[in-house]
Amino acid sequence: VGIVMHLSKEHAMKFNILFFVAIASMAAAVWAGTPATAPSDVKVAIENFSYEPKTVTISAGTSVTWVNSDDVPHTATGAGDQPAFDSGALDTDEKFTFTFSRPGTYAYYCKVHPHMTGVVIVK
Amino acid sequence: MSDPAENTGSHDGVDRRGFLKCMAWAGAGLVWASKGGVLRSIAFGADMSAPADADFTFAQVSDSHIGFNKGVYSDVAGTFQLAVSRINSLSKPPSLVLHTGDLTHLSKPAEFDTVDQIMKSIRTERSFYVPGEHDYFVDNGSRYLERFGKGTKGLGWQSFDYRGVHFVGLVNVANLSNGKTGLGELGDEQLEWMEKDVSSLASSTPVVVFAHVPLWTVYEKWGWGTIDAARALGNLKRFGSVTVLNGHIHQILQKIEGNVTFHTARSTAFPQPEPGTAESPGPIKNLAAEKLKSVLGLTRVDYREHGGTLAVTDSTLADGLPATRESGQ
Repeated sequence: VGIVMHLSKEHAMKFNILFFVAIASMAAAVWAGTPATAPSDVKVAIENFSYEPKTVTISAGTSVTWVNSDDVPHTATGAGDQPAFDSGALDTDEKFTFTFSRPGTYAYYCKVHPHMTGVVIVK
Repeated sequence: MSDPAENTGSHDGVDRRGFLKCMAWAGAGLVWASKGGVLRSIAFGADMSAPADADFTFAQVSDSHIGFNKGVYSDVAGTFQLAVSRINSLSKPPSLVLHTGDLTHLSKPAEFDTVDQIMKSIRTERSFYVPGEHDYFVDNGSRYLERFGKGTKGLGWQSFDYRGVHFVGLVNVANLSNGKTGLGELGDEQLEWMEKDVSSLASSTPVVVFAHVPLWTVYEKWGWGTIDAARALGNLKRFGSVTVLNGHIHQILQKIEGNVTFHTARSTAFPQPEPGTAESPGPIKNLAAEKLKSVLGLTRVDYREHGGTLAVTDSTLADGLPATRESGQ
């Protein structure tokens, strides 16, 4: 747990995704008392004005974390009049995490650059 | 380009379209001179004095992005102030100053304060603003409208007359945030207002339209255009002289279509790549510090009656050496 706290404080740090996933999975297992096969957090990089990967497919209960690596601010904002999630402004190296508890297809976009779009599919 | 004779509006050897092509714009800001309703340019740099026969002049600054601080672009307030000092060094101060959006980077109160202070230091009668998406997306424009939207309608649009010229400031960034289109959008309410706004004007009235995102599609893939711009321009078809001034793309582009001349201005903060020449429209990376002033440079356009050519002369703040290229034919 201490390691996870330490990581979240240093949100500007660019850490190895595998390392992050490994730690997050371990932490989730410890906290929830669930086996190590529980849903892992998924990272979506925001780079060069695009979401990478553009489409992620996850199981319900999984968290998705967006990290902005561009020099300019972006958002990850759910489509529609009442978006399911909205990161607000993410400046360089800032991140946003949302846990998807219900199955569905969640299209999202960047409020600053709406030609940037992505999809989260929750099974 | 069609026959310029069809649009002859004066008897001094240069037709109206020729005068429109004379317009110049500067990298860190623009100064326009109006003579008999026809806009002409004044170049920053070599000759900072307004033409003796100008009725009035106005300046355009754009994309100051106060709050941005990355790499070589770490002093955007300083480069904005440099543009302002250029304006203030004009022997005849501009009557008006237009800021075509992205005043700030993240709509923070302190960023707006800095913009306000710098703009107030300009020697001019009055300044007008339209918002960019950076002034809008954080809070649906509420801080922007509170500080810079006084006297405007709807989402911040406005019109006014100045010595025979009709100015229309449009907002095409508010609807960006709804994600329904990747392009700028004016929307029905604003378009209906605009149609009424210009309906009572004589067709001979020169019209200046200013908005943040270009009112023509520069590069759709990067969202550099306005989806319903054609409707706005449709409201202006009967006018003999329409000048459209935009920002957003941090580089100079010009297009002439019929009686409409489109210009985009450079940013005072950082340059963006030419359409499609980079992976993304982000700030140009790896710019050497000593080149900063050269990307915030100045441009002059001269119309050559003989041959009908358009000479675009770029001069930089860094070295002042002009580089000329031909375009427009």
